[in-house]
Amino acid sequence: MRTGVFFENYHGEEQLWDSRTAKVWMAIFVGAVATLPWWGSDYMVAMACIVGIHLIATMGLNITTGSAGLISLSQAAFMGVGCYAVSWFARWGLPFWLALPLAGTLAAAIGMLVGLPSLRVKGMYFAIATLAAHFVLSFLFREWTPVTGGPRGVTVPPANFFGIELAGDRRMFYPIFACALLLGLAAANIGRSYVGRAFVAVRDRDISAEILGVNLLRYKVLAFMLGAFYAGIAGGLLGYFYGAITSEYFTFSLSVFYVAAIIVGGLGRVLGSVLGAVFMTFVPESLRLLSSALSGSVPALASLLLPMGQVVFGALIIAFLIFEPHGLAQVWARVRRTFHLWPFRT
Amino acid sequence: MNAPAAALGLSVRDIAVSFGGIHALRGVTMTAPAGKITAVIGPNGAGKTSLFNTISGFYRPDAGRVILGGTDITSTPVHARAGMGLARTFQNVALFRGLSVLENIKLGGHHLMRAHPLAAMFGAASSRREELALRAEVEDRVIDFLELDNVRHKPVEALSYGLQKRVELARGLAMRPSVLLLDEPVAGMNREETEDMARFILDVQEEWGVTVVLVEHDMGMVMDISHHVAVLNFGELIAQGTPAQVGRDPEVVKAYLGGEAQAVAA
Amino acid sequence: MTDFYVLIEFLLLGLLASGISALMALSFVLVYKGTHVVNFAAGEVMMLGAYLYYTAAVVLKLPPAAALLLALAGIALASAAIEALVLRPLAGQPTIAILMATIGMASLLHGGVEIIWGQDPLETPALLPRFPVNWGEVMIPGAAIGNFVLASLLIAALVVFFRFSRAGIAMRATASDPVTAATLGIDIRASQRMTWVLAGVTGTVAGALIVSSGSVSPALASSALGVFAVVILGGLDSVAGAILASLVVGVLESLTVGYIGGKMRDVFPYLVVLAMLIVRPYGLLGTREIERL
Repeated sequence: MRTGVFFENYHGEEQLWDSRTAKVWMAIFVGAVATLPWWGSDYMVAMACIVGIHLIATMGLNITTGSAGLISLSQAAFMGVGCYAVSWFARWGLPFWLALPLAGTLAAAIGMLVGLPSLRVKGMYFAIATLAAHFVLSFLFREWTPVTGGPRGVTVPPANFFGIELAGDRRMFYPIFACALLLGLAAANIGRSYVGRAFVAVRDRDISAEILGVNLLRYKVLAFMLGAFYAGIAGGLLGYFYGAITSEYFTFSLSVFYVAAIIVGGLGRVLGSVLGAVFMTFVPESLRLLSSALSGSVPALASLLLPMGQVVFGALIIAFLIFEPHGLAQVWARVRRTFHLWPFRT
Repeated sequence: MNAPAAALGLSVRDIAVSFGGIHALRGVTMTAPAGKITAVIGPNGAGKTSLFNTISGFYRPDAGRVILGGTDITSTPVHARAGMGLARTFQNVALFRGLSVLENIKLGGHHLMRAHPLAAMFGAASSRREELALRAEVEDRVIDFLELDNVRHKPVEALSYGLQKRVELARGLAMRPSVLLLDEPVAGMNREETEDMARFILDVQEEWGVTVVLVEHDMGMVMDISHHVAVLNFGELIAQGTPAQVGRDPEVVKAYLGGEAQAVAA
Repeated sequence: MTDFYVLIEFLLLGLLASGISALMALSFVLVYKGTHVVNFAAGEVMMLGAYLYYTAAVVLKLPPAAALLLALAGIALASAAIEALVLRPLAGQPTIAILMATIGMASLLHGGVEIIWGQDPLETPALLPRFPVNWGEVMIPGAAIGNFVLASLLIAALVVFFRFSRAGIAMRATASDPVTAATLGIDIRASQRMTWVLAGVTGTVAGALIVSSGSVSPALASSALGVFAVVILGGLDSVAGAILASLVVGVLESLTVGYIGGKMRDVFPYLVVLAMLIVRPYGLLGTREIERL
């Protein structure tokens, strides 16, 4: 039983996981998830893929909005960019491991454009700018038929990883899982580096940050580009996963979904992104399961699923904002603290 | 902290700053001698903070120059002045609430970081090494020096006002400045905290050779620790010299009577 | 010569449509001016108001004017409830929290309305009599003129209220400096609640006017997103700006749709928003937000 966590050098304190226990649990968790295709049902694997994609987009948004404080309502549009990009790259014959990062980079480039107004406007005004950018991009997705296939959408050839065709949920699970893991580590690394600190400084008090030498434009645009990059990767994986996509997927509601995920999960923390993405994915999913279970006895319920989902979403968001504004990550930290020194009280 | 061997002085020449019809500063020329403590005093509204904001780069002067150790920095962007050796604290404590004391102080070292952001993302060894070196430097030179070791992991909002001000000073020191601007460093502090802060400021100037410029209302402290004093009133410089000289200047005495009549002890 | 008349027709239609969009924009500006909240649920509140009007007029079979009054009463209650249950507990939280709260509200209202009334369009009786007006070669639907007149009257009433009535002045004081207002004995809670009530009422009138020329459906809420163009152009906290901007946007939109095509209607407001935010973020008449160093 531990009485606390102690270190003898700075290196120890600066690690990502601060104790052997934490590392062991992490390894067990990662191992369990990594082997899911072997022991999980089809449904579980498919859900895990969806969660993984949502997780990547959420982590990106948590860098832009959670850490750097730039409210972005256009994450879904960046995902769309990534998705359409892979459809083109894949059709040109580019292999999966090249098409995906390129798609992310393209999304980041668009992100840079959308992020430029951040030096002119702040806070709510900037949020409205991203809202407008989202709808302009959506419009392009719907109307720019030669590139995006218009309302009919595009197909994405299955991912080809050094000869292995990654078709089907169980095969796509691995790239999604790998990307989520790598990008999660990257986000955590940013968080504990000077870049992450600069982001938080820009969020909390950008005037002070400037005095300390932080180039505001550079860091705001960087935060935006990183968020868009993550979204582009998520969108690309989405394209490979579904094999076909239409513009109807990348709605404003999806952008809002990701903002909700970072608020519910916890701003600025990778753990928050994980908890938020998982929670937000499972709420509509549980509703769907519940309604199909009850639809035998109450048939009208099925048609009410969508509006019920909206009501539940709205109520959940408001409840979290009022009662748990720091999100599930905070709840997790509280629980963890209780168990840290169990059976002693903290 | 390795301050440059010959600390740089700061001077402003003929600075004029106005907003609409209001002249915040008019023809202000003053020098803060290298490696010494200079105090800028004056009644409320005299333009002291405007002067600091001009030196920091937030206000572009309508006329005049800001010269840091021989280099004209009048048109240098705000964020670039950190790299030239200029550090500053604020009147209202401007710490970052989302970060701990240690992280706030580490941010002072931001302009010294050379690792590429992408390298930081991948946890590259070079980036980790730089980060740990910064940590070691901040701990040994700043945290120890300002006696902040037992609060360094606390979130800044949990600290008392006096400690927060000290953390802000620490953050400024982590910038390895040659010139340090302190905007009312002891405002709102009790006697004990004021003496502690005064002691720290003296140590900073003596041990590290930093040029300190401070805006202050606490006349006792100003007279005790400054080598050089500049007096502003209604945006103009009305006196400059040693504390004793300034204290005897009739213009200065007149400026202070009727406002916050603090006895200017010679 | 017909081209000229076509142009006049588009111009007039745009101008007249701006009456309703001015009401919507005003609803938005009132909330921002009074409480510094950007109300993403403005469209949904308007939609709820329109549905209440439908219920009063069709289900309760009240004459249109009475139905409108009942709907206004209902929305007043709903707005007060929103302010008390959602906004007040969140006072002081960061921008993103408030933004998400209004988005959550929007979602809740949208879903709630769909559950209660279903998602199919429901025919609504006209508030004002319908008749086309012919002016030489130019034809304008009479409803458009009626809407404009009613909207103008309501806006004028609001302007008078804010300038001359005690409650109006109290609300302006609260908006400008809540702390000082409180020390002067103004009940700032009541003022802020009143702000939301007035905003809801204004939005509902706009909603009722829109649906009286056809039917009400949940899609009504999304048509309100165009209000962003108007308020950004005019300035988020400027009443005069909202009125001016709605005229400009109304005319521009009508011309764009007329000459370039209906599809552009969807994206036009957002292009306006982006252009304004880059060129003049605080709008034509908005106050510049200044940060104290």
